[in-house]
Amino acid sequence: MAASGGRTVGSFLWKCGNCCFNFNTVSSNLTRQVLSRQLCVSAVLHRKNLAAAGPEKFSEEFIKKQVEEFNIGKRHLANMMGEDPETFTQGDINRSIAYLFPSGLFDKKAKPLMKHPDEVFPKQRAVQWGADGRPFHFLFYTGKQSYYSLMHDTFTKALAVEKHQDRLRGKDLFTQDAKQISLVGSRWLLKEELEELLVETISEHDYARFIQLMERLLSLPYCSVEEDFVQRYRRQLEIQSSKQQVQPLQYDQHGVAYSTGDGKQRKTATGTVLLRDSGSGSISINGTNYVHYFPVLQDREQLMFPLHFMGVLGRFDMQCSVSGGGHSSQAGALRLAISRAMLSFLSEGQVETMRQAGLLTPDPRIKERKKPGQEGARRKFTWKKR
Amino acid sequence: MLLLAGPCFIFVAKPTEQHLGQYYTVPPSHFHTVFPHGLPPRYQQQVKTFNEGCVMVRQPALELISHLKRADYSKPTLRYLLYGVKGSGKTMSLCHTVHYCSTQGWLVLHIPDAHLWVKNCKELLPSSYHASRFDQPIQASNWLRNFRTTNEHFLSKIKLRQRYVWTKRESTEEGRPLGELVDMGVSRVKSSSDVVGAVLKELRLQAGGTEGGFRLAVAVDGVNGLWGRTTLKKEDKSPVAPEELTLVHNLRKMINNDWCGGAVIATLSQTGSLYAPSSAYLPQELLGEEGFDSMDPFVPVPVSLYSEKEFESCYLYYLDRHWLQHPHSQTEEGKKELIFLSNRNPSVLERLCAFL
Repeated sequence: MAASGGRTVGSFLWKCGNCCFNFNTVSSNLTRQVLSRQLCVSAVLHRKNLAAAGPEKFSEEFIKKQVEEFNIGKRHLANMMGEDPETFTQGDINRSIAYLFPSGLFDKKAKPLMKHPDEVFPKQRAVQWGADGRPFHFLFYTGKQSYYSLMHDTFTKALAVEKHQDRLRGKDLFTQDAKQISLVGSRWLLKEELEELLVETISEHDYARFIQLMERLLSLPYCSVEEDFVQRYRRQLEIQSSKQQVQPLQYDQHGVAYSTGDGKQRKTATGTVLLRDSGSGSISINGTNYVHYFPVLQDREQLMFPLHFMGVLGRFDMQCSVSGGGHSSQAGALRLAISRAMLSFLSEGQVETMRQAGLLTPDPRIKERKKPGQEGARRKFTWKKR
Repeated sequence: MLLLAGPCFIFVAKPTEQHLGQYYTVPPSHFHTVFPHGLPPRYQQQVKTFNEGCVMVRQPALELISHLKRADYSKPTLRYLLYGVKGSGKTMSLCHTVHYCSTQGWLVLHIPDAHLWVKNCKELLPSSYHASRFDQPIQASNWLRNFRTTNEHFLSKIKLRQRYVWTKRESTEEGRPLGELVDMGVSRVKSSSDVVGAVLKELRLQAGGTEGGFRLAVAVDGVNGLWGRTTLKKEDKSPVAPEELTLVHNLRKMINNDWCGGAVIATLSQTGSLYAPSSAYLPQELLGEEGFDSMDPFVPVPVSLYSEKEFESCYLYYLDRHWLQHPHSQTEEGKKELIFLSNRNPSVLERLCAFL
């Protein structure tokens, strides 16, 4: 099979096991392509040169077949569910699979899934040398060829930008306030994400150097020329506070404002709160006074925290109901419910401060599972030397 | 004794209605005589720390005192019952009233906690006087000792009206002073419970008398312990009912209103009570049917949590004594926090301020 020239394969790298395809390792920067030919390569050669990449498990043919099967299967599934095969998205696939194969398992990774083979099979590296043993890439003997070629390209781009600037200066068109690349709301790729992109391991030092080089590129005034290149290595950040839903205030028959905090979970305890405005600071929990319900000071401090933080200690009357869990988790659940109920009384800026204080985040900690061979979740059995 | 300090709390000698919410000092000399055993333990620690005993004048105590002033002492005794949630100040109100009675020259019979007599007793002797009853020598002798300290000057004045025989060799003749009886009870521990019974009977008979008459105030704390269950067991592991204890039996006779010339002031207490849920504070729940019937009719006096003014007063008192050391507690915000965390419950507030 001859690969046509000029086609970039993206970040896919294939390696053939004991058969015959030699594919180039094409990174996003290189466009050079090598014709592949049918060749028998001895297993000895393979074994000697399999370094960090590891042996190839799936041939390219196999993956292609999987992709075809996936697409056909997707259309079948769409027909089965009575939907349009053309506009069947991955979300629809997930829903349909969950419907057709209901699973009682808890672990998400153990449930049946149907995804594109790109996401299922891990990316692999192709063999990087030819039949004569000569590597394709000029930086192969550095050991981290993708990383160093990336650095090389970035520096080339920086030099190109400087050359552009010099040309503009020569023509007297140089201005300091050229259009800058907007970096707000995005972050650099993490080390793990970069490793995934390059399909090779890099050290922290290497990663730091890469970021340094990118920052240097960005410090040039005319870096907007290379905006596409830079944006490829940045990810968007989501704005957290816009996810918060603030319910509108409700008014009861006397015109007094009230709002409810919905039942909040903390380690199997759920609580609901009804906040009433213009009250005297009295709190009743499940019908009893909160001093009797929470004799421990710590629990009452938990209840006090959202009100004290916003400075509205004596303003609200509260009726709470709580069930499940122990006294500490009930206090935590009520605290979260109070914060949520208070949102409708507060302004945007105050909502943001509450979110940053951590009052609106449900506590995800639950009891850790006990493992076999140990006495508890972490505690091991007593170690006896003999 | 009149010290003026601060806007909201001053120390007054004789508290009246105008002094609601303010503190009055009990002179140190009175402490050992009037209250050898009556005060709550935390309050005793506070007295030792502050080197003075200040009691807040509150509505329930004033109400009681006004009742006592206006009561007719030729009629059968009135019974007053202080009740309220845990930590609202019932025992302190009782002590305030007791102090008032002793300053007025009454004879005070103060039982600090009736629950002490129905639980944790190491020795139970079968009674010599009555076959099916049990004696508690240690508790009885302790109480007699404290009684002696409280009412020194009465002991020589009251004369016995009956002859009491303790053993073959010992007896107390008619006409002897009460002090001798009490001393005998303290020294002869074995018969101390019977001595208690005798003392109570004598006082009951002589209280309303016209010649050398004195007023008798019976102050019982934790009166619901007299009608509940006990944790004591006989030798064959069967539970002891309260009626089978001499002390309880005699005290119940005291509380019955078949005598005149005094008053019975009682408080309910959930803290020491046995087999009662912690949320119970109403008379009916804590006394039980039997107790309620025996106490009926009584004058209920509810004791509530601190009002705003009282809370202010207490807070300023602690500030004045430099008890609240933390700088934040001296601000307005700190005060609001204290209000929230304690919900104006006196004992909770006291425990909270203990480490500030």
